[in-house]
Amino acid sequence: MKKKFSLPDFTNAAGPISSIVAILVGLLSGIIILLISNPARALDGFLWIIAGSLMSPKDIGNVLYYATPIIMTGLSVAFAFRTSLFNIGASGQFIMGAYGAVLVGVKLQSLGSFHWIVALLTSIVFGALWALIPGILKAYFNVNEVISFIMTNYIGMYLVNSMVRSTVYHKLTNRSLPVAESANIPKIGFDKIFPGSSVNGGIVIAILISILIYILLNKTTFGFELKACGFNNDASRYAGINAKKNIVISLLIAGALAGMGGGLLYLAGSGKYIYVEDIIAPEGFTGISVALLGMSHPIGTLFAGLFVAYITVGGSYMQLSGFVPEIIDIITAIIIYFAAFSLIIRNVLYKLKTRNAGDKS
Amino acid sequence: MDYIIEMRNIVKEFPGIRANDDITLQIKKGEIHALLGENGAGKSTLMSVLFGMYKPESGSIVLRGEPVQISGPKMANSLGIGMVHQHFKLVHNFTVLQNIILGVETTKNGFLKMDEARKKVMDLSEQYGLKVDPDALISDISVGMQQRVEILKMLYRDNDILIFDEPTAVLTPQEIDELMEIMKGLAAEGKSIIFITHKLEEIKRVANRCTVLRLGKYVGTVNVSDITVEEMSEMMVGRKVILDIEKEYKEPGKPVLEVENLTVIDNRSKKDKVKNASFKVNEGEIICIAGVDGNGQSELIYAITGLIHADSGVIKILGEDVTKKSIRYRNTHGLSHIPEDRHKWGLVLDYNLAENLILMEYFEDKYQKCGFLKEPEIIKYAEKLIAQYDIRSSEGTKTKVRSMSGGNQQKAIAARELSRNPDILIAVQPTRGLDVGAIEYMHKEIVKARDNGKAVLVVSFDLSEVMRLADRILVMYEGEIVADVKPSEITDKELGLYMAGAKRREAI
Repeated sequence: MKKKFSLPDFTNAAGPISSIVAILVGLLSGIIILLISNPARALDGFLWIIAGSLMSPKDIGNVLYYATPIIMTGLSVAFAFRTSLFNIGASGQFIMGAYGAVLVGVKLQSLGSFHWIVALLTSIVFGALWALIPGILKAYFNVNEVISFIMTNYIGMYLVNSMVRSTVYHKLTNRSLPVAESANIPKIGFDKIFPGSSVNGGIVIAILISILIYILLNKTTFGFELKACGFNNDASRYAGINAKKNIVISLLIAGALAGMGGGLLYLAGSGKYIYVEDIIAPEGFTGISVALLGMSHPIGTLFAGLFVAYITVGGSYMQLSGFVPEIIDIITAIIIYFAAFSLIIRNVLYKLKTRNAGDKS
Repeated sequence: MDYIIEMRNIVKEFPGIRANDDITLQIKKGEIHALLGENGAGKSTLMSVLFGMYKPESGSIVLRGEPVQISGPKMANSLGIGMVHQHFKLVHNFTVLQNIILGVETTKNGFLKMDEARKKVMDLSEQYGLKVDPDALISDISVGMQQRVEILKMLYRDNDILIFDEPTAVLTPQEIDELMEIMKGLAAEGKSIIFITHKLEEIKRVANRCTVLRLGKYVGTVNVSDITVEEMSEMMVGRKVILDIEKEYKEPGKPVLEVENLTVIDNRSKKDKVKNASFKVNEGEIICIAGVDGNGQSELIYAITGLIHADSGVIKILGEDVTKKSIRYRNTHGLSHIPEDRHKWGLVLDYNLAENLILMEYFEDKYQKCGFLKEPEIIKYAEKLIAQYDIRSSEGTKTKVRSMSGGNQQKAIAARELSRNPDILIAVQPTRGLDVGAIEYMHKEIVKARDNGKAVLVVSFDLSEVMRLADRILVMYEGEIVADVKPSEITDKELGLYMAGAKRREAI
């Protein structure tokens, strides 16, 4: 089997550097778009992007709030990348997880202080199970995971729509019922530090999970096996590693991470509801950019998620400079997607380096 | 004296290393000039300088009497310099003809003019005796044929200085013979050939002169007819090399690996790749499987090691039937395997040296506790193996294996597999692509394992290796074992007949 993705090498300084270069290129192209759309206010608008999210504690809090789910979907994609699988299905797992969390959050009100924990665990299980189907198809029937993931994105979306209708539906607003107060993730004092924002304990969970994934990948025999399969499937087979089992487990974990992202967002107590509409959850796709920008490294992904949230929050202030919301979306999208070119930039840096240093053999 | 191309006093430095230190290479028109040196001697760097990929710190290139500055491969090509790389650069789903003209297509109004190209290719193939089917897909033809396509590519571009980078490493003995004839023919037609290799017999067979490099330095240029193989290897390695393997007679012990009536059927073609093979490998015995590549040796080894499952038959290790056991089970029950393709099977190239050295044992209690890797133990063990087996790399245990030389990669695999103290060691083409020094080393290690009472099974396409190494030789032809002989009882010629399927004797 050919390796589909060149995996980042974090022992190499080119890793973080290339991400930073990518971000700068993205910002630069952002300025250009701003100049085209409104030359007079371009600088103004750009300053909002850069500084908007640092204006007040509320904004910083919101950065952390926005970052939480995309860190999780980013981790999900990054984890699958490590086994050289492309989890383009994070959106489906995300919304399934969200539904699981909302279902428990609405229905099982008798759980008391354990309520949010059970709801969050349900989101993990739902996300994992949703990724299990493509995982089994890939491992045992060699069905390309990209295709089955895209299908599970759609199936997941429609399935959740119909399940919301039949279980936790609020007709007037065409969305899910609000979850119970006890199902919301504790604020653990963040509402005092960042008043007015929606940040909650979820960001702490996301950071802890990033570290956990880092340890899992780099310090355990399981991570050793997973990465070996990702780097060289044949050699890992030769070493007696059960590649099929690893594919399934890897996707199970990836699904759990994305599902948990859904849980963390919809249990944030920020007034988020699952709307019954035909839109695939964008958090899953943002997760792909986050994972790429983070070089598929768990800690890199954590920072990449924070960066994307930071740009998004800053961009929302650009309306103050007279930019229409659509332009703002374009700008943030451009910055994010240029940022995702970090892999390409890394290759360029690598080529420059080898050209100078030369091949010694 | 007139030279067609001269590289004078080339110096090329990389940070921390002088890859080429005052090297001079002078090629006469119409000669085959061998460039000899161990891995890392600076051959590739020198060729990269010739192709303008590196700019030398000092020195000059003189082409047909005129000094030239070569700016890149394209310019080198337009100056008539062409190269057949060790790993071919062909498009697999294109035909032979399409590959040959790729990049220099003749067009009219944007449309390809294939007829002219076809005629030129056919003329060239006639002229130089390079028979190819222009309409065959690259993926359908043999490695030897692919090499011919590469040669035709150079000729099509009217190159007259042809560089062959270790061209025989991938060929069977027959194909090597054919290539040697082709090279002689090309030289006779006035082409000048630079032949990069470390196989001394081949130099002896075709080359007129030979330039030897060692550790980036120029050792000398000699007329091949004036020098013996031993002298050449001494020039290359810098010390006397024992090409003969010293090994004392040893009475084989009890059987370790037993293969009974093994049959492997190819899934796609439904042909039996291995037909009813039976043999035993005993303690303290080296068995070599000889044969032309593609006669079922790979499948036999895959079945024994568990990489593919046997369709019928029994495989026993120390009397235990392991036919249905997993790869992991075999690996942990006495089997060690040095695989034929070290990049595909043997190593995870993006892992570092330490991680590769524990690839077969990371799950053992020595290296993990509750699923967590014991890093200090792993590093300690890796450092021990690096010292013991003299594995050279730039950053020790932390070196990415991808950046290591082929010889050292092979040493790493050998270190890993031998240090596991196997009962049966399986080594497939253990010396492929290695230089003389490393070959000597591998052979010593294999003989050492045998002397320690291990059973050893070697697959090799190199007849001289088989004859020197084996206590017993099995010959495979079309999936069957057609001979089981002692090296002392057979001549090279006879062995060749078995390999070609012209002769057979029932396995004992």
